Amino acid sequence: MNISLVAVLGATLTIATPLVFGALGAILGERAGVLNLGIEGTMYAGAFVGFYAADRSGSVWVGLGAAIVAGAAAGALMGLLTVTLGVNQHVAGIGTTLGLVAACDYTNRVLYSSGTQVRVPKFTRLFADVDILGQYALTWVALVVLAPLVWWTMRDTGAGLRLRAVGENPEAADVAGISVAATRYVALVCGGVLMAIGGAFLTLALLGSFTIDIVSGRGWVCIALVIFGRWGVGPTVAGALLFGFADALQLQLAITSEFSDVPNELLIAVPYLVVIAALVVWGRGIRYPGAYLRPYRRA
Amino acid sequence: MRLVAREHDSPWRKPAAIAAAVVVTFVVTAGPIRGAGASPITAYRRFLFTPLTSSYSFQEVLLTATPLLLTGLAVAVAFRAGYFNIGAEGQFLAGAIGATLPGIHLADLPAAVALPLAVTAGAAAGLAWALLPAWLKRAAGIDEVVTTLLLNPVALLLLQGLLNGPWRNPTSGFPDSETFGPGYRMPTLLGDRVHAGLLIAAVLIVATVVVMTFTPLGLRIKAAGQSPDAARFSGINVTRLQWSSALVSGAIAGVAGASQVLGVQHQLTGSIAQGYGYTGIVVATLGALSAIGVLFVGLLLGLVGVGSQNASLVLQIPPQMGQLVTAVLLLTVVSCVAMLPYRLVRRRSIGAS
Repeated sequence: MNISLVAVLGATLTIATPLVFGALGAILGERAGVLNLGIEGTMYAGAFVGFYAADRSGSVWVGLGAAIVAGAAAGALMGLLTVTLGVNQHVAGIGTTLGLVAACDYTNRVLYSSGTQVRVPKFTRLFADVDILGQYALTWVALVVLAPLVWWTMRDTGAGLRLRAVGENPEAADVAGISVAATRYVALVCGGVLMAIGGAFLTLALLGSFTIDIVSGRGWVCIALVIFGRWGVGPTVAGALLFGFADALQLQLAITSEFSDVPNELLIAVPYLVVIAALVVWGRGIRYPGAYLRPYRRA
Repeated sequence: MRLVAREHDSPWRKPAAIAAAVVVTFVVTAGPIRGAGASPITAYRRFLFTPLTSSYSFQEVLLTATPLLLTGLAVAVAFRAGYFNIGAEGQFLAGAIGATLPGIHLADLPAAVALPLAVTAGAAAGLAWALLPAWLKRAAGIDEVVTTLLLNPVALLLLQGLLNGPWRNPTSGFPDSETFGPGYRMPTLLGDRVHAGLLIAAVLIVATVVVMTFTPLGLRIKAAGQSPDAARFSGINVTRLQWSSALVSGAIAGVAGASQVLGVQHQLTGSIAQGYGYTGIVVATLGALSAIGVLFVGLLLGLVGVGSQNASLVLQIPPQMGQLVTAVLLLTVVSCVAMLPYRLVRRRSIGAS
């Protein structure tokens, strides 16, 4: 069997990038007590809005900026539903995802009805001639800047402490003078921004175009990774790299002759099954954030 | 501005909230309809009234509502017991695959054997797809939301793998299965479009109403869903109740998939994956997790589905407007209902009276 380990490791980092963005975004919300199942739709909106803005402006940076705005808006919508109105978080999240996906597909049909694939400006790889390290800037931002930053913010800063307090025991946090609602809104908006950047990575870095169902369940994978990582930044990023590795490996296997008889779809399904298996092995008896899924109202 | 708890309740407030949600939905979706170059009023007339004006399009409404009634019921059964099965989509696809198995490999069976066999196979496949998350929840306490969600893309991949591989059509070479044997056609009702899947949905809805209203089991399920701790305290085995609800839910979603291939497509194609399972979550939630609610909302969304197809033909509004209306309606209704116990007051500074 002849597969290139270098190619697999390089692809691992690329594939893990949107998952790292999405999962970090999910961690922010969940540590503050809100499960954001709008993640799949928020990533989809980031992908589509980024693509559209890059197409209109001719600049990939404008595309990224527009995706960030879309992500903030999606996060604020989740905040309105779950924090202000106290709607069931599962329902609010699924509704947000369904709404955003439908809105993007609808707009896509209105704006790009011709059916020909539209190509937009895209990011290029840095150090493209170095094997494993030839990655997009966003990959380095996610792994080298953002993950440590979120980890440090949660652990060592007042903002991180307030966020965790609101997610563990909102009553106590409120008594201590922390605004539960404001903290949760900030967490959801920042989380939405990260999710949308993860989605925009797919259109503005990987593909340079937009296709229907481009996110294809990556948001759900992120939610699983966060539980697998028990809401810790390090283990969650490790989980994203594990998924990325499984996915990169199947892509390599798919082009080797030994596996030419194995259906492609079976190989694509492997990473999802790996995540479920990882949950089975490491996801038992975990302790959820104290206020997980609980809306907060002053008594 | 802030929300303050209301001191008094009033019976007309809930209908008023739902009416308000419908108005907000109209307003929110008017922009995108204008964006597609159509008049919102004309479009909504197409969505809500045109399908009711002819007997043919009314049959279309019933046909479109059939899978939604079944997936909606599937989701409601699980949610009611406090088991958040978000995997009806995957279980639906598994059911379609399960019904296809006899449909193409035992194609010569007579209808009297073939149909019950295929529907049972669909139910079994849906149940099988729900089994792993339910078992992981029961045995290891692993969150069912995540596992059921993750199995949805896997079911879609399984479907595509079968259609591109062993079940690829040998005559056309397209990724569609062969047409099922003649015994596998669901009998039609009322005309030549509506099929017996609607009857199955009706029977299951009535059965659910009976169980939930008149049996101790129904009471136990409600208790487990509303307050698991209190239910446990009064001796109800909540874990086992959720486990069986999860499996029944998967089986119903599987029947939905089977009914769709047996009643409409008569073969398995990729176009079966229309998000019926996700829409089932909307149907169940808007139907307040009751079987009667599922009946009404399923028919309403069937109406919107046919209306949006009609509007896309006549007014060139992309058919995704149907999904958009559905999602916006879900969010506005749950928001307005969540606001019921509160009233909005202007913030006053402390000390001012």
